[in-house]
Amino acid sequence: MSYQSHGPDDRAAMLARIGVDRLDDLFADLPASLRNPPLEVPPGLTEPELLRLAGRLAARNSAADLICFLGAGAYDHYIPAAVGELAGRAEFYTGYTPYQPEMTQGMLQAIYEYQTMICELTGLDVSNASLYDGASAVWEALLMSERHVHQGRFLVSRSVSPLVRATLRAYASAADFPVAEVGDPLGALDPARLEAELAAGASALVVALPTAYGELHDATALAELCHRHRALLVVIANPLALALVKTPAEMGADICVGDGQPLGIPLQFGGPFLGFLATTNALVRKMPGRIVGATVDADGQRGFVLTLQAREQHIRREKATSNVCTNQALMALRATIYLTLLGRQGLRELATVNLQHAGWLRRRLLALPGVSALGEGPHFHEFAIRVPDARGWHQAALQAGYLAGLPLAEWEPELADGLLLCATEQRTRAELEGLVAVWEELA
Amino acid sequence: MKLSFEKSVAGRRGNFVPPLAVPAVPLDELLPAALQRATPAALPELAEPEVVRHFVALSRRNFGVDVGFYPLGSCTMKFNPKINERVAALPGFLDVHPLAPAETVQGVLQLLHETERLLSTICGMAAFSLVPAAGAHGELAGMMVIQAHHRAQGAGRRKVLVPDGAHGTNPASAALCGFEVVEVASNPAGGVDLDDLRRKVDTATAALMLTNPNTLGLFEDRILEVASIVHEAGALLYYDGANLNGILGRARPGDMGFDVVHVNVHKTFSTPHGGGGPGAGPVGVAAHLVDHLPLPRIVRDGDVFRLEGTAPRSIGKLLAFHGNIGVLVRAWCYLRAHGPEQLRAISGDAVLNANYLRELLRGAFEVPYERRVMHEFALSGRRQKAAGSSTLDIAKRLIDFGFHPPTIYWPLVVEECMLIEPVETETKETLDAFAAAMLQIAEEIRVNPEFVHAAPHTAPVKRLDEVRAARQLDLRWRATGG
Ligand SMILES: Cc1ncc(COP(=O)(O)O)c(C=O)c1O
Repeated sequence: MSYQSHGPDDRAAMLARIGVDRLDDLFADLPASLRNPPLEVPPGLTEPELLRLAGRLAARNSAADLICFLGAGAYDHYIPAAVGELAGRAEFYTGYTPYQPEMTQGMLQAIYEYQTMICELTGLDVSNASLYDGASAVWEALLMSERHVHQGRFLVSRSVSPLVRATLRAYASAADFPVAEVGDPLGALDPARLEAELAAGASALVVALPTAYGELHDATALAELCHRHRALLVVIANPLALALVKTPAEMGADICVGDGQPLGIPLQFGGPFLGFLATTNALVRKMPGRIVGATVDADGQRGFVLTLQAREQHIRREKATSNVCTNQALMALRATIYLTLLGRQGLRELATVNLQHAGWLRRRLLALPGVSALGEGPHFHEFAIRVPDARGWHQAALQAGYLAGLPLAEWEPELADGLLLCATEQRTRAELEGLVAVWEELA
Repeated sequence: MKLSFEKSVAGRRGNFVPPLAVPAVPLDELLPAALQRATPAALPELAEPEVVRHFVALSRRNFGVDVGFYPLGSCTMKFNPKINERVAALPGFLDVHPLAPAETVQGVLQLLHETERLLSTICGMAAFSLVPAAGAHGELAGMMVIQAHHRAQGAGRRKVLVPDGAHGTNPASAALCGFEVVEVASNPAGGVDLDDLRRKVDTATAALMLTNPNTLGLFEDRILEVASIVHEAGALLYYDGANLNGILGRARPGDMGFDVVHVNVHKTFSTPHGGGGPGAGPVGVAAHLVDHLPLPRIVRDGDVFRLEGTAPRSIGKLLAFHGNIGVLVRAWCYLRAHGPEQLRAISGDAVLNANYLRELLRGAFEVPYERRVMHEFALSGRRQKAAGSSTLDIAKRLIDFGFHPPTIYWPLVVEECMLIEPVETETKETLDAFAAAMLQIAEEIRVNPEFVHAAPHTAPVKRLDEVRAARQLDLRWRATGG
């Protein structure tokens, strides 16, 4: 296939205007020894051939048909039809970073609305325009903390997802900052045990709301403790949980980050998702990434622009607050549309359905013989249980068409007999009971 | 235009929340009152039809490749094939959980594996990782690989060399790994100054980061010499693939001596720019660096694919999951749509268009380098500046003609710079019309610079006050004023 527009006459006329005989003459700067290597790629497909081949590959992803009780950082929520329809408007998705604001007010205003919504959900003062994903956003939050506190060391609770902790380890090792893991996977972090770690020097402590195992813990005491030691508190939050739960700002957090995937973004085998980052006014100039601000035009009318660009790589180069250039704008737009559709009341109700579904499933499973709780909670829409044979139970459910959570052996050796389960609003009564029935047989 | 918040009316809503499937338990039993938020998040309250109009109205105040010509230099704003959107929306790709067991995701793993192989072939590298989420993320991954390599050699190499014309993400990415960034000067022909390179490269040098064609659209014709200078010092050569479109199928970074490359699939491989993202920035390496690639790796055992989550020498995980897969599905479509001749034809027309447009504009605007260009070229607005209109004025006036302005004031090495990348999917008529607009603007500047300075005249807003935006920060709406 080809998406070029020229016919042979166009090319001849253009070459003549340039004053060369052949197209190859334009490539004369390429050393002859490098020019036109053999290219072992398959012949190009026509559109119908391509669609058929893609359809065959898509059909080999039976995961798409499984009934999903798996979360672990990526959640199966209903996405209103209008989200895809509107974010699929060509004016949005075929544009780029709004460098020329007079031409891109649509995206700029949408991002300003997005920033407002993230501030509303987290309770914090300011939000950026998006980062790559939740895990990389945590690292950006730590770099921000470091620029503010300069202790060269970070603390991360072991109740933070191992996927996030592994990501932090990779970046921190490259940047040569130690990251100390504190506390236990389950239960609240004990401030008393933290005192010594903070006294040893740390720019930030990272906790999660809910934790990787679904538990909700109030971090207020941790925030106070951190601040006594001049460290910042970074809270990783699930944005849907924030519709109900005490906000990171109410707890005293300095930075809240997370993944906005639950807000209208499909699972897509893990991406593109949406890293969000919100913080206090005091830290706004240390933020990474794009930020949209309101201003006025020459006639005094309100308009929107990218702002605080003096923090960014195209101006500050190696001294920039981050290297991010292309971000996840279209995902931020999806989240904005989603939150606008759900609205103030709808989002609370949706979060409540998630809370109730998971609560019901947890109670039913804990009533099965041989099943016990991993973590006392409270929980949002995800929880861990100990079962007699985690892999066997997971496999049996898979045979019956359920993607029954994550066997925790993959995450924590000490939780090897655990399963991490999630029940969103998507799960029907029949599906909830169906999973319980599969395991009743085994229990 | 009003914000959604300003259109909000208490009690209005859509119908997207399913009824509870289970008997309700009092909220306080599931979530203690002390853990509940004090006030609901003040999201807007609108019914669905109003929401739809709101975002359609916003879309009409936005500009994309499907609306018109978008010659934003270094960004390769080419047509985004529609079949790619259709494929990415297949439920078999859309509704797949990233932690689903390997046997239930064989199709997408095969697609990703094939994408890695195709990129390796096209770039002349031993292997690719698709994990990085954007070009800058690919650079960071590449810098981490280079650091891992030197650490494994026991060598404490602290410096990364970057040409003065490099994109800002290059030094920023190197700095994230703790490297000291050292700038290398360019020569009068727009290429790397080899004497300056020789002076600066030493046993503390970890790498040289290079874009080729460079950020002025010029091919670094002494690239083989550059490679040997860098390699002789024991340093590695990094390829910023933002400009791969200019040489696609005609030369391979691996053959030029590059050890690590990233490609921006949202540029060369046609995935939509999304109004700012998401893209993807796969990172490729030469054979001696394969073990350092990020996790997870896609492994093929016979006809079966799986994700490998651990590898002792890997730089580790860069994201919670496996990359911007939805973007990579689109890139795979583009790769499979083009055979070898079709790939070469892309760079052929990209370079033809750039040279043609440059020819049309060179009378009216200053051309900083008298050389053939590849897929993009720089002009200087110095002459116009002297007559009273800046490059910013020219850019704003172009908006009135329905064209997106070029990249402006970058690269920094050209005064009053306009970097123009016309891409291969544009017609001769479009290039002619753009050139006519530029020539008209040049003429307007001669007779009436005030008019150009007041542009844009036809956009939904007049010129916006960016200085005020940065001084009087207003980053979110509030019910009181805002
Ligand atoms: C030359 C160059 N290098 C690197 C980048 C960074 O890529 P990305 O925006 O995908 O992070 C860009 C793009 O904007 C670029 O033009």
